[in-house]
This record gives sequence, structure tokens and C-alpha cells, in this order.
Amino acid sequence: MSFLDLDEWLFELARHVELVYSPLADIKAYPEHVDVALVEGAVANADNLHLIRQVRERTRTLIAFGDCAVTGNVTALRNPLGAPGPILQTLYVERADMSGQIPDAPGIVPALLGRVLPVHAVVPVDLYLPGCPPPAPRIRAALEQILAGGEVLLAGREMIKFG
Amino acid sequence: MAARTFTINDQLVSGREGETILEAARENGIYIPTLCHLDGVTSVGACRMCLVEIEGSRTLRPACVTQVVEGMVVHTDTERLRNYRRIIIELLFAERNHICAVCVANGHCELQNLAIAIGMDHVRFDYAFPVCEVDISHGRFGIDHNRCVLCTRCVRVCDEVEGVHTWDIAGRGADARVITDMRQPWGESTSCTSCGKCLLACPTGAIFRRGATVSEMERDPTKIAFIVAARDQRW
Amino acid sequence: MDLSELIEIAEHERASRRSIRIRCCTALGCQSAGALSLKQRLEEAATEVERQDIEVIGVGCMGLCGNGPLVMVDPDGVLYEHVRAADAPSIVAALDGGEATAPLGDPQHPFFTGQKRIVLEHSGIIDPERIESYIAAGGYQALYHVLHEMTPADVIDVITRSGLRGRGGAGYPTGLKWATVAKSHGNRKFVVCNADEGDPGAFMDRSIIESDPHKVLEGMAIAAYAVGADQGYVYVRAEYPLAIQRLQKAIAQARRLGVLGAQIFDAGFTFRVDIRVGAGAFVCGEETALMASIEGRRGQPRPRPPYPAESGLWGQPTLINNVETYANIAPIIRHGAEWFASIGTETSKGTKVFALTGKIRHTGLIEVPMGATLRQIVEEMGGGVPDGHVKAVQTGGPSGGCIPATLLDTPVDYESVQRVGSIMGSGGMVVMDDATHMVDVAHFYMEFCKDESCGKCIPCRAGTAQMLHMLDVIRAGQATPADLEQLEQLCLMVKETSLCGLGQSAPNPVLSTLKYFRAEYEALLNHNADRATTEP
Repeated sequence: MSFLDLDEWLFELARHVELVYSPLADIKAYPEHVDVALVEGAVANADNLHLIRQVRERTRTLIAFGDCAVTGNVTALRNPLGAPGPILQTLYVERADMSGQIPDAPGIVPALLGRVLPVHAVVPVDLYLPGCPPPAPRIRAALEQILAGGEVLLAGREMIKFG
Repeated sequence: MAARTFTINDQLVSGREGETILEAARENGIYIPTLCHLDGVTSVGACRMCLVEIEGSRTLRPACVTQVVEGMVVHTDTERLRNYRRIIIELLFAERNHICAVCVANGHCELQNLAIAIGMDHVRFDYAFPVCEVDISHGRFGIDHNRCVLCTRCVRVCDEVEGVHTWDIAGRGADARVITDMRQPWGESTSCTSCGKCLLACPTGAIFRRGATVSEMERDPTKIAFIVAARDQRW
Repeated sequence: MDLSELIEIAEHERASRRSIRIRCCTALGCQSAGALSLKQRLEEAATEVERQDIEVIGVGCMGLCGNGPLVMVDPDGVLYEHVRAADAPSIVAALDGGEATAPLGDPQHPFFTGQKRIVLEHSGIIDPERIESYIAAGGYQALYHVLHEMTPADVIDVITRSGLRGRGGAGYPTGLKWATVAKSHGNRKFVVCNADEGDPGAFMDRSIIESDPHKVLEGMAIAAYAVGADQGYVYVRAEYPLAIQRLQKAIAQARRLGVLGAQIFDAGFTFRVDIRVGAGAFVCGEETALMASIEGRRGQPRPRPPYPAESGLWGQPTLINNVETYANIAPIIRHGAEWFASIGTETSKGTKVFALTGKIRHTGLIEVPMGATLRQIVEEMGGGVPDGHVKAVQTGGPSGGCIPATLLDTPVDYESVQRVGSIMGSGGMVVMDDATHMVDVAHFYMEFCKDESCGKCIPCRAGTAQMLHMLDVIRAGQATPADLEQLEQLCLMVKETSLCGLGQSAPNPVLSTLKYFRAEYEALLNHNADRATTEP
């Protein structure tokens, strides 16, 4: 949503880039030879893990986009509780009203990882864009610098504040 | 009181005898990051954010407790210091569960401010994700240990300014926690006067006003120094 | 009490000795192996044979702790090892030509002959529970001499010229420290003995107090006279119950005889000593934390300056020295500064006591002249590794480092040990063999440091936890070369930014093993590793 706050600059952006993959676009597989990927969210389950490895392999500049991708953020709140196995057992089986079972549908419900991890704990990240969400001016500043080529420099409250 | 002339970052500055490097630097408009330091209470030199290089000194020295010496040459912003300060801040973020997005102090947090000042855009260390308690047994205040950085500002302000010593530290190392009285719930503390000075002193969202939600804990820790100064003049 | 009375006690004690003395070690190591019941059986056996020329006495540590309980029979100098209570009658019978059932030790082994005993001169010889036994060995005469024939400045001069340096680990010149305290102004001054020995594998200070407590007290009294203090504290950890008990007994005896307390030797000098028992925090061995603990506050360090010499206990000038340092004082006064300075190396004078442990044939306590090489200590005196080879020697406890076998010819003095990346430390020496993995060693010490960090400063509190975690990741094969690089960065940062010595030295075991055994770390790295765990 914050991305959409870029408003009319999106038109400017569209002149320079081609959108090749997005959760909103109907593209099933992550393509090869991607220049820039804005990765939202932490790595929480087996699907995330598979995808992020694929993204890393096929992308030149990987941006951890938002606090969840950079720190794990709210999505990592489960980590202090330990690995999810016992929790799922409690929730789906022990506390179930009747004949509970842990959802097990390979290919449909991905298995949870032991811990929710920030993206850089799994694959190398080229740029960090913190914020929950990263405000539009911050996204624009980062993308403008990337489009301009050369080293990207983000500093100061407006650019790197968490939360 | 004799004056002391010395150098900070190639700038010639003057300070008073007995003054700390931190005080002299601030008077001369030179920023040195601090976290455990709080005007009005004793300095403990614990957070190590204010470490500076002094030419001829083998070790880095905390500016908050090191007195100025005539002719000393101080550097407060070298590559090495910037690197170490960033590691310190990262270690703090990795040590407990600091989630700015849902924190009462978001936008008004000294830890967050330091992270920005130091240029921390991510934490390079693995997060520890410890289990920490939240104590909301007190009628007006709460403490969330997930956000505590163990600066002991609450401990010192309670002891030295309010004169009560409700707060202290229990346990050691990574297991250390600030506690009220003999580690009973804050609400059951018999010594706490509910003065709220710990609330003023806390640099993060650890100690908060009950009912406050995200970003609502804005406070002015300089009031502590004001209280101390006012009292000193009166008595 | 005056000199003639002191000499009278000594003569009476010597005159009442019997010609055959069976010395049974009753220090903690041998006690835990059954030395007390052994001593009782020896006494019974001696009574049974009805010989008036035999006496059995309990003594302090004889050094070869790994082979205890030890029994030594004078005047023939027969040593028995691994003695069981059941062996007692045969040991007494052996005096009449019988055969002892206990294994014979070799007092001519380099473990014994390689030693130079100053600190441990009475250890294993006198009865630590009787002040008369110490006085008979010349005890408290140095104190008398100091009080009646020397000015405080004279004493400091002798200590300074002797070249004695602090035995707690840092090696600060003792005379200089004393001079600073003497010059500092205060309403009162204090003398503190740091007996909060906490390094894994180190037991020098415990043994000294258990074996010869009066020597420490005498050293403290001389120090108090030199710096102008009237109150002393021995800060000893609660894990040393026997040392505390013997010290309590020694203080009571010394007060009774008037060698501690008011008007010592009628010289107008008053010095009282109290014991403060630590509650088991390693950091309380750090002097500012130790003082906070004595004052009844939470035992955690504060930034220095001010140093204790200017502002110590309750803001007063305070002298803090280690047990072994104090134990060197009386001998220096007795024999002179020149004598002491003639022992050891150019910069490190005298001797050093080491607790030799780990994968080594002869475990125990040894005292060697400064400058003895590690090889002499480990291979000749210690007898080397039982089956295998020495891989490394760890000195200085968690603050120290691992010295590889290739550097065994390093002389043990403050500077040389530091040059190879470790520290002299208080005297722990742990020998490791080929089977030891050095990453495990680093992990062990880091775990110790993390557990013992007080939590006050961030680099030590959060840094040790993070370093330990990174070692865990490395050991689990989940670390990349970049992770190792980051660990090194973190080590340097913790070393340079921590508040006290504990934090500043906590990375040493990692840094020194990285320096000499980097390949063992690298073998565990994985270029493609990440932190994802699919374990539910």
C-alpha cells in the first residue's frame, strides 16, 4: 500500500522499469535475470525459503523491503515461544474441540520454519529499506538512486528509521 | 574554578576543572552519543556509547566520567568509534525483542534515535528472541522487559532523586533484569511512591504509562535534571 | 608480645617435636580423597605401636594433588601417594622395617626438584591450623622487624627494589601500588586481600590459604604498616570453606597472641583483619566489584579512575593485592630485596605458583622461578600428556589464551606470555592434548564468561552472549566465512570497549585459538550455510 503512495511518481517509474513479478500480478514463477527485487516480509515457512533462494539466485539487486524483511518484526513475535511444533500441537490437537489434527497438506499449506528469520539471515541482501511500512518518499529515494546507478546511500531519520 | 583548554576533533575548546569531557563537549556544541547517561543522576559509564579516543591513552575512555585535562586531545567521531557504536546498538537490538512498529516509544525513543544517528539500517547479528516478561501489575505504569536496555536510569533516578530505591538489578549478564523491591510485581511494591520519575528516565518504551499505545510515549528526561536543580537551590 | 616471647614460642614448638614426623596432607584436594580419615588412622597406628618418637601432623598442600592423599615421612623423606586409610598401619610398620602397602612417590622427580619455593616454603611442612607451627618456621619475625626497625617508607623501598609484581594477573609493580596508597590522603586506609580466585582450573590461592594462612596475614600486616592502614579484609569465595575456616582460625590465633589487633608488638600499630565471603560471582575478583561487594552493594565494577589506591572502600585509599602477592612479602623482608630480585628474569622477579591441570601426568601445584619455560613446566615437571602429545597450554583462565605446543619454549614471565597472545594470569595452567578441539575450548571459556558477565556494560553482557551464539553456529556447521570475520570484529570490539577486565579479556580464548588454530574453525565453515531451520 505504501508503494501505491508513490502516486504519480509511479508513472515516472513505469517509464524505467518493467514489472516482472509481484504477488498482485498473475505471474506464477519468478523469472530469470531480474534487476531489482523488493522483498517484503520475513522468511517464515518452507515456501518463503524456497522462493527467497530462487529470488536471490535470479536477481542482481535484492532489497529487504520493510521491517518484516529487515528484522522479522511482528511476524517474528512467535520466535521467543520456540519452534512451532509444540505450539501447533497445543493449538490444533490438545485444545481442539473434537478430533484435532495439525494441518498437513503438502503443496498447499507450507511447513513453518523453526524460526522466523529476516531475509539477510538466509540470503545476502544488497539494500535495506526499513520502516513499517517504509514511507513512500523513502521508497522513491531508494529507487531513484538505483535507477541512477552507482552506490545507494540512505541515512537519517527519514530514510532508515524503524517502525 | 580553573579553566581547562583542550582539543576535541581538532577544535580548541575550553572546559572547567572537574568537568567531564561529555559536559565540555556539549557546552561547545559537539555531539557525543549517550544512552545510560542522564543529567541529574550519577554517571556509571555502562553503555559505552560515549567512548572517545584520547591521544596518548592506551584505552578508549567513557566521556561521561572522564574529566577534562589541560591540553588533552580528544577524538569523538573516528571510524573505529563509529564502528563500535554501531555494534553496541546492534547488540542491544539483538539482545531483546525491540519491535519499533508496535512500541509505545516509536518515534520518541533514544535507542531508535541512536540507531538512526549511527546509520543502522539492519542488524548484522542473530536476534536472541529471549522470553521477557511484561509487568502491568501497577495501576498506572507498566514495564516491558522486551524493550529494556538495562541502562539503570530508572534505578538511579529512583534511588538518587526520589530517594526510594524501588528499582534495582537482579541476575547477571544476559539474564539481568531491572526489578522492583525484592523482585515482586511492581503493583505489590511497598516502597514505590508512584512518582513516575522512572517513566521520565526510561530511554525506550520499557517503562510506559498504562493505556499508552504505539508512539504515544513522549517524555522529557531533562525534567529530571530540572527537579534536581530546583531542589538543590531550595535546600 | 615481644620478640623474646615470639622466639620462645618458636623454640618451645621446635623442642616438643618428635624425631619422626609423619606429615599427612589435609588440603582440600587430599581431603576430598579421604585424607582426614587417613590422618586419623595414622594417629591410631602410631599410638598402637607405642613409640614416643613418632608424631602425625596435618599439613597443607604438598603439591602433587593428582596423586593424593599424600603422606611424607621425615626425616627420611619417604613419600607415599594415593594413600588409603587402610595403608596407615603399614606406613607406621615400615618405620620398623616393614613394607608399606601404599605406592611410593619419588621426591627426586623434577616435579619437586624443579621447584623454587618461596610462597609455598611452608606449604606441606607446617600445620596450618596452629600458629605455633608457623612461628617455629620463623613466622611473624618479619613483621616484628618491620614494626621496630623500619619506617613505612623503608618497607615500600624494599618491596619496590625487590621487583615484586602483582600475582593476580596484571603484574602491576607492587611497590608502586603501595607507594601510591601511602601517599593518598584519607580518614582511614584499608588493605584488602583478593582471594576470590575463580579461573577454571586454578587453585593457587586456595592452597596457599589452606596451607599457610598466617603468611598471608603477616604480609597484609606489613602492607598495612607500610601504607598506613588499620583495617584489612580478606575477600574469599564461599566455595572455599576450608580456606575460610583455616583463615578464621588463624585470625583468632593471631589476635590471641597479639600479632594482629591493637598495639601489635607494642609498636603502636593497630591492624585488624576481617573476612568477607563472596557469593560466587567471578566478576567480584575485579577490584572495584570486589570493593562494592565488601561494602554490601551489588558486586559489579565501576570505571577507573579513580583507582582504589586513591578512592577505594568507602571512598578511602585502599590497597588491593592478591593472596600470592602478600605471601611473598614476609620472605622478601626476611631475605632482602636483592635476594628476591636475583630470582627470575629481567622484568619478572621471584617465582610464580601454577596450578597444573588438564591432560597431564602430574596434576598439582608447583612454584617455579619466573622465566622457566612452558616445556620445563609441562613436559619435565608435569611429565607431559599421558598418552599423546601436548597440543596447547591454556594460561590465565578465561582472560588468557591458548599457547600452541610449537611455542612451548616460551619462558613464563609477564611479557613473554603476553607476547604469544596469552597472559600470565593468576596461575592456572591447563594442558590440552591432540584430542582437544580448540573451537570447543573457546566455546567453554566463552560460556564461562557469558555466565559470569555482570551485565552492567553492553559490550560484555550482550557481546559475550553473541560471541557464544556465533561459536554455537560455527560448531553446528551453519557459519560462513563472513560469519567468522564478523566474530573477529566482535571480539575486537568487546576487547576494546568493555568496562572491566572481565569483558576486555573475554574474547581472548577465541582470539588466541583463532591465531594459532584457525584451520580448526575454517574446517567447520560452510560457504552456502544460512540460518534457516526446517525442524518443526
